[in-house]
Amino acid sequence: MAKSKVRKTFLEPLGKNNPVFVQILGICSTLAVTNKLQNTMVMVLGVMFTTALSSWTLSLLRNHIPSRIRMMVETMVIATFVIIVDIVLKAFYPEMWKQLGPYVGLIITNCIIMGRIEAFALQNKPMLSLVDGLASGLGYAYVLLAIAFVRELLGTGTLWGYQVLGSWWTNWSIMIMPPGGFFVLAIFIWIIRETIMKEEKA
Amino acid sequence: MNGSIMPFAIFFASIFTGNILLTNYLGMCSFLSVSKELKTSTGLGVAVIFVMATTTPLNWLVYQYLLIPFGLEYLRFIVFIIVIAAFVQLTEMTIERYSEPLYQSLGIFLPLITVNCAILGVSLFMVIREYTFLTSFLFGLGSGIGWFIAIIAMAGIRQKLKNAKVPPGLEGPGITLIIAGFMAMAFMGFSGMIAIS
Repeated sequence: MAKSKVRKTFLEPLGKNNPVFVQILGICSTLAVTNKLQNTMVMVLGVMFTTALSSWTLSLLRNHIPSRIRMMVETMVIATFVIIVDIVLKAFYPEMWKQLGPYVGLIITNCIIMGRIEAFALQNKPMLSLVDGLASGLGYAYVLLAIAFVRELLGTGTLWGYQVLGSWWTNWSIMIMPPGGFFVLAIFIWIIRETIMKEEKA
Repeated sequence: MNGSIMPFAIFFASIFTGNILLTNYLGMCSFLSVSKELKTSTGLGVAVIFVMATTTPLNWLVYQYLLIPFGLEYLRFIVFIIVIAAFVQLTEMTIERYSEPLYQSLGIFLPLITVNCAILGVSLFMVIREYTFLTSFLFGLGSGIGWFIAIIAMAGIRQKLKNAKVPPGLEGPGITLIIAGFMAMAFMGFSGMIAIS
């Protein structure tokens, strides 16, 4: 019984309750860095870390927080974890930190984190909330990595910084510019809704 | 560029070439959910302009005179969020107390704004680009106006879209994102005029 609940909590955000496709949440801060696979990887790792640990922390605290100042406490906890991410990046990967610029800080306002805390962590036990946070982070991560994959491949002919397409390839520079992000995300949502969602309905 | 042109360049660039929504994808969440209706979009847009134009210079003051002297730059995320939240709360209470109609049309949108990524984003950009007090005010104001223009345009288009036949999988967020993509392309046309780093 308990095991199946953990399983369900873990699998739902990956598929039919995916934060990006179904709830269209939290694309703000990370979509901007999806023009390079490496940057996206760092960002989604940061988001996963923050989502999982802040869900866990707030679930531990859930019976002690007065509901009137709930939002403030949540923001504080999230911001603490984001600061950790920021400091670690700055210390070990200063180049990456410079490239990501303000977007690391913007993980705080990522709606997924706050959304999962409000919807899940405040009603559930700490370990289960940790699983839920991690799974939501993963569901978010693979979508954004997929977007980054398409954008980097078509936009510069490279993957993870390595040239994979030969010299015959003409770069679609629109892909690495802002409109490309909108188009690729829209097409992904379209494909997913047309295929997976339809099957579920039937 | 010399000192007197610079502030205005930043102001116009933040509206058009560096539109916070269309080039940095900030404020997408509320953009996607609110742009269904023109009236609500206008209310939220005006509130965003107001909050951005006031909190950015406010955060500049806090950053320059509190965080830097004490060596607490790494706390800027928390401090900025608190400043924004406190300011928004204060404004909401003031409006509610003194002007009922203004509260009905603007005040109800204020709490929504605290979690709008664009507001925090503008403050963080302001720190990274090392703006002065004047330029951070103009940058905040310009970004707010840019966001306002984008959401108004989108709401207008979406109202016409109600009569259009959209593939079922694209309905709602899908088609909105595609339109946003076209708008971003249109705004890219301005980029020959001014550029900010």
